[in-house]
Amino acid sequence: MKEKTFVDDINRSVYDVRDEEKDAYRIKQGLTEEIVLKISEEKHDPEWMREFRLKCLKIYNEIQVPDWGPSIEGLNMDDIATYVRANTDMKGSWEEVPEDIKETFERLGIPQAERESLAGVGAQYDSELVYHNVRKEVEEQGVIYTDFESALIGPYAEMVREHFMKLVPPTDHKFAALHGAVWSGGSFVYVPPGVKVEIPLQSYFRLNAKGAGQFEHTLIIVDEGADLHFIEGCSAPKYNVANLHAGCVELFVGKNARLRYSTIENWSKNMYNLNTKRAIAAEGATVEWVSGSFGSHVSYLYPMTILNGEGSHTEFTGITFAGEGQNLDTGLKVVHNAPNTTSFVNTRSISKGGGCATTRSSIVVNANAKGSKSSVSCESLMIDDISRSDTIPAMDIRTDECDIGHEASIGRISDDAVFYLMSRGLSEEEAKAMIVSGFADKVSKELPLEYAVEMNNLIRLEMVGSIG
Amino acid sequence: MSEAQEILRIKNLKVGVDDKEILHGVDLVIREGETHVLMGPNGAGKSTLGNALMGNPKYAVTEGSAIYKGKDLLEMETNERASEGLFLSFQNPIEVPGVTLSNFVRSSMESCGVKLSLWNFKKEAKKQMEVLQMDPAYLDRDLNVGFSGGEKKKAEIFQLLMLHPALAILDETDSGLDVDAVKTVSTGVEEYQKSQNGALLIITHSTRILDALHVDYTHVLVDGRIAATGGAELIDRINSEGFEQFGR
Repeated sequence: MKEKTFVDDINRSVYDVRDEEKDAYRIKQGLTEEIVLKISEEKHDPEWMREFRLKCLKIYNEIQVPDWGPSIEGLNMDDIATYVRANTDMKGSWEEVPEDIKETFERLGIPQAERESLAGVGAQYDSELVYHNVRKEVEEQGVIYTDFESALIGPYAEMVREHFMKLVPPTDHKFAALHGAVWSGGSFVYVPPGVKVEIPLQSYFRLNAKGAGQFEHTLIIVDEGADLHFIEGCSAPKYNVANLHAGCVELFVGKNARLRYSTIENWSKNMYNLNTKRAIAAEGATVEWVSGSFGSHVSYLYPMTILNGEGSHTEFTGITFAGEGQNLDTGLKVVHNAPNTTSFVNTRSISKGGGCATTRSSIVVNANAKGSKSSVSCESLMIDDISRSDTIPAMDIRTDECDIGHEASIGRISDDAVFYLMSRGLSEEEAKAMIVSGFADKVSKELPLEYAVEMNNLIRLEMVGSIG
Repeated sequence: MSEAQEILRIKNLKVGVDDKEILHGVDLVIREGETHVLMGPNGAGKSTLGNALMGNPKYAVTEGSAIYKGKDLLEMETNERASEGLFLSFQNPIEVPGVTLSNFVRSSMESCGVKLSLWNFKKEAKKQMEVLQMDPAYLDRDLNVGFSGGEKKKAEIFQLLMLHPALAILDETDSGLDVDAVKTVSTGVEEYQKSQNGALLIITHSTRILDALHVDYTHVLVDGRIAATGGAELIDRINSEGFEQFGR
């Protein structure tokens, strides 16, 4: 009886409901110049963007698929529709969003979260945003939070053009080039100097279409002395064909500014998540990443901070949970490129049911980064003996005048601990879920309460059925 | 005096670890509210009995029976045994990072059918912590993480007092404690005896924890068998003469 309640509390079905793809505009699958031009036309790109897309396609065709990570053989670009637009334009109020799409977001708790704890919300459904709204008080502070298409032609067009794919150039890797060629959707945020946004902004990405790709672009510029917390969430229903996510996040954090970027990613397990995220920090700036990776079939995800100004600081707190059929290759990169910069990294990975979790960390300290400090701690927990966990640290230190620490540990869930908790009345499932939640606690603590709850629910969800 | 209700009846219990038999047939009957002491030299199998009764998968029961409140204890999962009111205080309580003592005890209580509002839980917790001279700040600390030996044992007795089991097995709860800590722990156990009328099986190889406690029966376990059973007076005999007399 007890166990039943336990399973009911967290129902995967909220993520798994598929909407019918009716009257949607869907571009022909595959990746050709014709398709790229068609997307550009559909999106009424400015001229420079159309040319940029074509350039990216060329680069894409020239770069090899990465050969050092999990296999992406199951991903065939000829089968992927890179642009799917629901039959609606973007709305500023939930009432106007088509009923079935609105229901999906309500199940995911987005409108409720907006009412209770967010300063602004963007909701993307397949390739385009269907909803976007910012609180009046935040707008009055001069904060710009819009969909990317509006940003490209609006008063900030020049700023967008100056920054778009400058931090993540299309030559960076094959899927950055792909992103440049077919990107659509995403958000643009600008926080003016000295403005502190008290409560978070959130973008939620939902990929509903089968065999499709999502390529949203997020560009955030936090000006001098400003402060922002941005949250992104992602999910998709499960299909038996491959879906692809190759988004791109570029964060520019100005002098003495602070940006916290939190992600709870829960893609369905047919998703190839080949996402690129990068931040550059000016003098005295702080970049904080909080990252929860639960979903996808294969992930390559390594948020990167370039500490480019003296005294800048970055923190990375991440958790990865790889279950059956998942190969999640996650981690982070930090480049110390100025004196007295600091980085603090804390990751947790959990693997279960034959899942594979790899944590890669790369710390680069350039010769000019004297007086810098870096501390990296990676812990892994394997729930059973068919799962796999790897930690691959890399360090490139080019000055003696710095303080670098790395520690890693890999462990199994202990039978003694499970027995101990069971002896106080918890079922085996509950005991294991509690141990795993505890293991992840340092990360969930970094999240706003609602998201910490969602994360704990995801952990419990993943743990259910792990017995026998 | 009318006989109290029987809680546990163990018959010819044989238990092994890694194919090696440790207990060679133990018989024991415990009734409501009774305090039994199980003594014996190191390696006699005392902890094996506690672990087997709680269902530790490392201990295999190869023969015999254990009837708890009329049910076959050996057929029950560990957590079912707990929710039916059996409690084992661990010799080495496990550290569980990220899970606070407070959250853990509340979850345990719910599993054992006791639901308290957060307010009432805190009130009750503070009351029991006072008995044990524990700082209530421990409620918000991770379970056993960084606790000293004494603090761990106190936390075990705290859980005992919160969970109100019908029968508590205390496995070497006094080992490694200083004199003051033994006294405090013993006060907690006394509280369980008196206020909650709980039955006890106290496993120990010293007698310090027993000084202040009322004891009904004493059993001496030697080489996997109960070599002698008596009242509280047996404790004094062991104290003066040791375990040698029981065949060792």
